[in-house]
This record gives sequence, structure tokens and C-alpha cells, in this order.
Amino acid sequence: MDISPVFFYVFAALAIGFSLSVILKKNPVGNAFSLVMVFFAFAGIYAILGAHLIAALQVLVYAGAIMVLFIFVIMLLNADEPSFDMGRSHIGIKIGAGTLCAILFCTFVWAIKESPINIPAGRFTPEAIQASGGNTQVVSELMFSEYILPFELTSVLLLAAIVGAVAIAKRKLGKN
Amino acid sequence: MTNFEWLTMGAKIAFIVVVLLQVVPIMVWVERRGSALMQNRLGPNRIGPLGLLQSICDVVKFFFKEDRAPGHVNKFYYTLAPLIVLVPAFMTFAVIPFASSIVIDGQTVNFQIADLNVGLLYIFSVASLGVYGIIMSGWSSNNKYALLGSLRSTSQMISYELSMGLSIIGIVMVFSSVELGAIARGQGEAFFSVGMLTIPKWGIFIQPIGFIVFLTSVFAETNRLPFDLPEGESEIVAGYHIEYGSMKFALFFMAEYINMTVGAALITTLFFGGWQMLPGMHWLLEVMNLDGMAHEWVRILFEAASFGAKVCFFMWFFVWVRWTIPRFRYDQLMDLGWKVMLPLSLVNIFLTGVLIYYKVL
Amino acid sequence: MLVKAKTSGTQKFYLVEIIKGLYITMRAMLFGKTVTIQYPEERRDYSDRYRGMHYIKATNGVENCTACMLCPTVCPAECIHIEAGERPDKEKYPVKFEIDVLRCCFCGMCEEACPKDAIKLSTIYEMSQTHREVFEKDYLLEQRGNK
Repeated sequence: MDISPVFFYVFAALAIGFSLSVILKKNPVGNAFSLVMVFFAFAGIYAILGAHLIAALQVLVYAGAIMVLFIFVIMLLNADEPSFDMGRSHIGIKIGAGTLCAILFCTFVWAIKESPINIPAGRFTPEAIQASGGNTQVVSELMFSEYILPFELTSVLLLAAIVGAVAIAKRKLGKN
Repeated sequence: MTNFEWLTMGAKIAFIVVVLLQVVPIMVWVERRGSALMQNRLGPNRIGPLGLLQSICDVVKFFFKEDRAPGHVNKFYYTLAPLIVLVPAFMTFAVIPFASSIVIDGQTVNFQIADLNVGLLYIFSVASLGVYGIIMSGWSSNNKYALLGSLRSTSQMISYELSMGLSIIGIVMVFSSVELGAIARGQGEAFFSVGMLTIPKWGIFIQPIGFIVFLTSVFAETNRLPFDLPEGESEIVAGYHIEYGSMKFALFFMAEYINMTVGAALITTLFFGGWQMLPGMHWLLEVMNLDGMAHEWVRILFEAASFGAKVCFFMWFFVWVRWTIPRFRYDQLMDLGWKVMLPLSLVNIFLTGVLIYYKVL
Repeated sequence: MLVKAKTSGTQKFYLVEIIKGLYITMRAMLFGKTVTIQYPEERRDYSDRYRGMHYIKATNGVENCTACMLCPTVCPAECIHIEAGERPDKEKYPVKFEIDVLRCCFCGMCEEACPKDAIKLSTIYEMSQTHREVFEKDYLLEQRGNK
């Protein structure tokens, strides 16, 4: 695929641009929508890498469900612009934060540059995945065989969260 | 990709887009005439034969209306919202197969724009995006009715997405694939035979509970009656698109009908054999006694026609139900979603698992 | 009083009821008789006693009205204005006879009060105009019926 670098740069640029808009915009709903776009750009990058399942799940779970609830809450709270405007910060804080960010960025660049280019390929090369019937099959097989314990533990965790949410909601109902 | 692949891809995309765009005015006409006949009226019958050109007049009207935004809206999101509703509706059709494949000069052409490995997940992920347009329109309109409509739609879509997703797990288990092409192919097999009659392995026969849950959820997802609470003309005066006019409103309207088409196509593909030919067509194909490419093309034509006929039936079903059942109350809607549909789809998954274990399915 | 509707088991299980409903709408569509009257071509038949646009009855080209002022007196909407005059043959007649149809409530009292059978309400119900107008004598003298 000779066109994928173009798409990669497009999606990368989109991701960076919308990430910036998430932290720089003052309108909370606008921030949330920007975050959705960031998830989208990520999904695009996953798709370019051949991880279609992850791309679809990224959009389905993060963009399609979680962010909808975020926006739901933001709209219900009716957060208007002034309440999120923290006012001007001290110049020293700005410089400090800028320096920290620069250091972090340099560390990332250094880590990526120093890491070995040729990471040894694991069991799941694109060819092997293709041979065994595609992403979805491979992931689901792994999930229900090798990683059954973490999978079940995660579901127990989610169940606990649901029970907790119901308990909190019920308690409030009882008071009234 | 070779030139041939580019060409066929372009042709398929053009075909789908053109057909989907034509569906909208035709369905508007069907909806208006159908509702009229059900209520012992006549409906629009003045312009063109049987009033068929009425929709074209409507389109012309929409085009020539002044495209203005009220002063109190958030302009950027207000303009963006109709597009965000419309685009996912079109995108969903990319993975729906409308005929099987044909071999031209040694190259196989699938009658499906993209045979994605994650087909069904793709549909759900894209379909869940349409809600953003509704949220955006509701919020950016700065209108309490619009906001109420978008809140209703959000909660409704999230609730029914769950049961919709769970209801097709059974189908995925039976055909052990999430590719829509594979699911459509798998439904060609015979399920069981009673004398002369052979029941094919269509989703409706092997997953009746899943079908009912899925059908209900599709109605809720497309915001059609009896679940059109986001619009609710009598309560919140058209909900999220209250502040919209001219072409922007028309885009919402189009999105609703295209979503309906996608819903009908999904029901067809998952539960009614997709492009599998209707009874009698196999026989007709044999009687015609063609050979070579002619046979292949006629087969494709028959398959596409079967798919089209099934989709048309379900489109009609949407209209039919709309003019039969009154709107649900909001708490009834939520009760049905969470207390009936969700447990029912879970029971369906369990039953399917048991039946697969005992090699019945 | 609170009356609780009884719902049977099948009614709670929506599906059967929905299918019944679908049958009813389909029956109405296929076999139902359309009740639409396609207006400009087809018209509803009104009774002869329908009270529509007014006219003044004339015999031999002369209006029956003698400007006795009974109709403006009885008119509840006060929409009839008559100015009386004298013909050469000493007969009393209306010089002006105006009806403000915008005010008229089509009660038909004028018709009943008239001793000379002059003012009548016809069965014509298409009275829309593109401008405001008080109908005058010339217009009212058009014979719009045979009451």
C-alpha cells in the first residue's frame, strides 16, 4: 500500500490538531467534540496499521458510547464558558509548564530514536492473522483461551462498577 | 489496486450513492400515499402520475428556500450537525452486500463496497455516530425543545444500541463470523427439509427472538414511530430539528430515510438471507437455460433484485408500523429497552449457545 | 373515579396486538373506501337550506326590496346598510344596499324577517376575494339561486 503514509500524516495531523483544540478551547462542549475527533483520528491510524478490530472498537466504545455520555453530562450540567475560564495564570507558572512540556517531548523523541528499529516480529504477523481468518477471529480466540482469566476479571470489575452505580442511585432514591 | 479494481469500486460507490439518494424522494412519496390510504384519504396525487413528482416539487422548494440560521444559535455546530447526521448514514452501506460475486476476466468482483473483516462492528460503530449530529443540533440550537429532543435521542440510542448489539450475537455465533458477506453466504444453506419444502438457514428461522429484538431496536435507532420521541411533534414540537429550515432540514430528513434504508438492508442481510434468491427464482434461472457470462449476469441481477425486494418490503414495513402504532411514553420506552429487550437478547444468546453445543444449529 | 383497564396476558405481550393493528391498517389501505372529495373537480352536495352568499331577489328586473329596514334591524352583526329612496312611481326602494360580508355571521335572520321575500341566502360558499370589499347592490342583485 503506497498511499498509507499520506493517510498516516493526515490522521496524525488531525489527532494533534484536535488534541490541541481539546485543551485550548474554552467551550466545554466544543472540547468534547474535539476529543471525539481525536478518537477518530486514532481509529484511522489503527485501520492503516491493519488493526481493523481495534479501529472499529475504538469508534464504537470511545467515540460512540463513552463520549456521548460525556457530552450528555456536560449538556445537563449546562457548563457555560465563564465558569471554565480560570483567569490569567502567573507568568512563572506558564514558563514552568512550558519547560516541563518541552522536557517531556524531548524524552519521548529520545526514547523513540534510541529504541531498536527492528523489533522482532511476534506470533501475530499480518500474514499469520490473515491466514487464521482475520483480526476478529484471532483476538476472540486469544481472549477465550490464553487470556480468559484477565478477561473474566475485567468483566467482574465492570460488574462491580455497575453494582456500585446502582447502589448510589438507589440510595438517593430512598432519601426522597 | 489495479485500474480494474478502481473502476469497479468507483462504479459500486456511484451506484449505491445514486440509489440511496433516489430512495429518499420515493420513500417520502410512499410514506405520504401509504399513510393517506391507511386513513382512507388519497394523499398527494396532483403532480405527475399518481403524484410521483410531488417529492421533486418538495426538493425544489427546499433548494429555493432561504438558507438562514437564527441569531441565537452556535453557527459552527449548527451548520455541522446535519452533515454529521447524514454522512454516517451513507457510510454504513459500505459493508452491506447487495449481490454475491461474479468473475470477470479471471478477476472476482464482490457486490459489496468493502468486505471488511469487522463488518458488523463497523456498522455499529458508524451507526453510533449519527447521534452526535442530533446532540450537536440540539445543543447548538439554544432551544429548550431541541435540547430535550437531543437528550431523549441520546439516552434512547444508547439504551437500544445495547440490545441491538446483543441481539445479533446469536447470528454471529451461528455463522461464526462478523463479516456480512460470510453471513449472507451462510444463509444459503438448507436448514431442514419438510417433504418438498426446504427451509433455508435464514436468520429469521434460526434466530426468531433475535429478530424481534433487532427489529425493535432498529426502529428505536432510526427514530421512527413508535419510538420517535426525539421528534415527538405533539410534545416537543419536532425536537432537535426545530430551529432548522430549508436544505439543512432536508438533510435531517434525508438522513432519516437513508437510516431507514440501512436498517431495512441490515434486517435483510442478517435475518432474511441478504441477496439469497427468493423462492422460485432458482427455478426461473434454470428454465431460462442461459450459459456462460449471460447466466452469471442474470444470476447477479436476480440476486440484486431479491435483495432489493426484501429491502423494499422492510422499508414498507417501517411505514406500515408508523401509521399503525402510536408513540410510546418515555418511561415505557426505557422500560421496554432495559427490562424486556435486554434480558430477552441475553436469553437468546444463552439459548443459541446451548443449541450450538448440542449441534442443533 | 379511577378506572383501571384490564389487560390480558396477550395484550401485555405486545406482539399479538401489534400484528392485529397491522392487519387493521392494511385492511383499511386495501379495501377501505377513500372519503376524500377532490375539491375543484368534485364538490360536496349541500342542502338547499344552506346559508351562503346573499342576493336580493328581483321580479321582472326590479328588486323586491322596499327598504323597510327590517333586515338591518334584526341583523345581529349589524352588517346591512340600506339607504331608502323614492322611485318616480312613488314606490320606496333602496338607493344603497350594502352587506359587509366580513361581519356577517350567516344566521339567516334577514331572510326570515323580510316581508317581501327580497333578501335571500344562496348555497354559494366560495366567497374569498383578493381585496376588502363591502358588497353593494349591483353585486347583490345577481340572482344566485331560486329560493
